[in-house]
This record gives sequence, structure tokens and C-alpha cells, in this order.
Amino acid sequence: MSITVLYFAWLRERIGVPREVIETNAATVADLVAELRTREERYALAFSDLAAVRVALDQELAEFDAPLSGVREVAFFPPMTGG
Amino acid sequence: MTIRVQAEAFDYGAECAEFAANSEGVGAIVTFCGIVRDNDGTLLGMDIEHYPGMTERALTDIEAQARTRWSLADALIIHRHGALAPGDMIMMVATASRHRADAFAAAEFLMDYLKSRAPFWKKEHTAEGVDWVAARAEDEAALKRW
Repeated sequence: MSITVLYFAWLRERIGVPREVIETNAATVADLVAELRTREERYALAFSDLAAVRVALDQELAEFDAPLSGVREVAFFPPMTGG
Repeated sequence: MTIRVQAEAFDYGAECAEFAANSEGVGAIVTFCGIVRDNDGTLLGMDIEHYPGMTERALTDIEAQARTRWSLADALIIHRHGALAPGDMIMMVATASRHRADAFAAAEFLMDYLKSRAPFWKKEHTAEGVDWVAARAEDEAALKRW
């Protein structure tokens, strides 16, 4: 399946793109992260500490064990600092 | 109920006046405005990044939660993104209710939630360079009181 993956803040800077379309068979967010980590060093670096990373599936906050079935958009970003 | 996510500056006084004028039959209006702190003169500027689409959804959801918890006649959230200078207004919330307790509590709730649950990220520019603002543990802890 193809999924649009978005990166924000320092994750975007470390990975070098704001968004990309990825072909994957990952079952969960954690599987997708594991797959990305093996791709290139910049992904391994960006995802080296998952405690500092949050994820949203189709614009709703989610957990790393959430399934990707039916999901069109995955976003990775650091903890939010609004207000 | 109004939510606005925008790069442009807003006129706090005019927004408050308009909000009050449109809130008929209420007894209380609470407004809050967040300003870029200059950190004792060390801050040169700030960039606020956000996630278009999710930002509006998250703010709508936070506002809906406030309405289920308190008796609100109206609420307004404005949040800016893009380049801001020290002293610039970043965001504002306004709440209107029959009695002041609801308006105060809802305004605090909206602030606590949008700090940690709306997808905004602040980047500070100082003489030393550029750095993303880290989320504070106390902001996350503040959600537990609700």
C-alpha cells in the first residue's frame, strides 16, 4: 500500500523532506518506523529516540502500536509546543 | 464558536470587542493573549510551524470538549504561525458564559490543551543560533488536572 508520510519540526529537518509517499506493507506504526530506520542514516538518526516522537494517523494522535490498515496519512513530529 | 489559524497579526482589542458584542445574554467574558517572550532580550525571533488540517481539527476538538464540560455561550481561538518577533501576539482565546466560573475554567482548559495537543512547534532564534523549543513536563502534567 502507499502511504503519505509527513514530518514536522526537527524531524522534517533531520529527514530533509516535509512529506513523501512510501510503499510499505508495515502493519503498525512501529513496523513502519523500523522499516524507515533501515533505509538510510538520516531516518535512523531522526527515529533514534522514539520517546521524543509523536505520531498522528489521518490527523488524529495515535500510539506506535496502532495498525496502519486503511490509513492514508502518517505524520511524525516532536511533542507539541503551542500556546 | 470560531477557530482561526493564520500567519497575519490580529487586533486583540478589536477581537475582544467584537466577541463581547456578539455574545448576547452572557454575564462573563474571559480573554487571554499569549505573547512572544523576549527572554531578557536574548530572543531575536521565533518561527511557528504547524500541521495544516490537523491543527484546525485538534482545536475544534479541544473547543468541543470545553463545551461539554462547561456551560459556554461562545468561544474563540486564534493562533498564528510563521515568523514572529519578541512582543508579538501569538494567540488568543476568549470564552463567554452566564457566570464567570465557566468562562475562567474553560479558558484555562483551552490554553492547557492547545499547548500540548494542537500541532504547533516553536523554533527560537538567538545570537547562539536556532533551536526548537522543547515541550515542558509541567505543560503535559497540567492536563491531568482536568
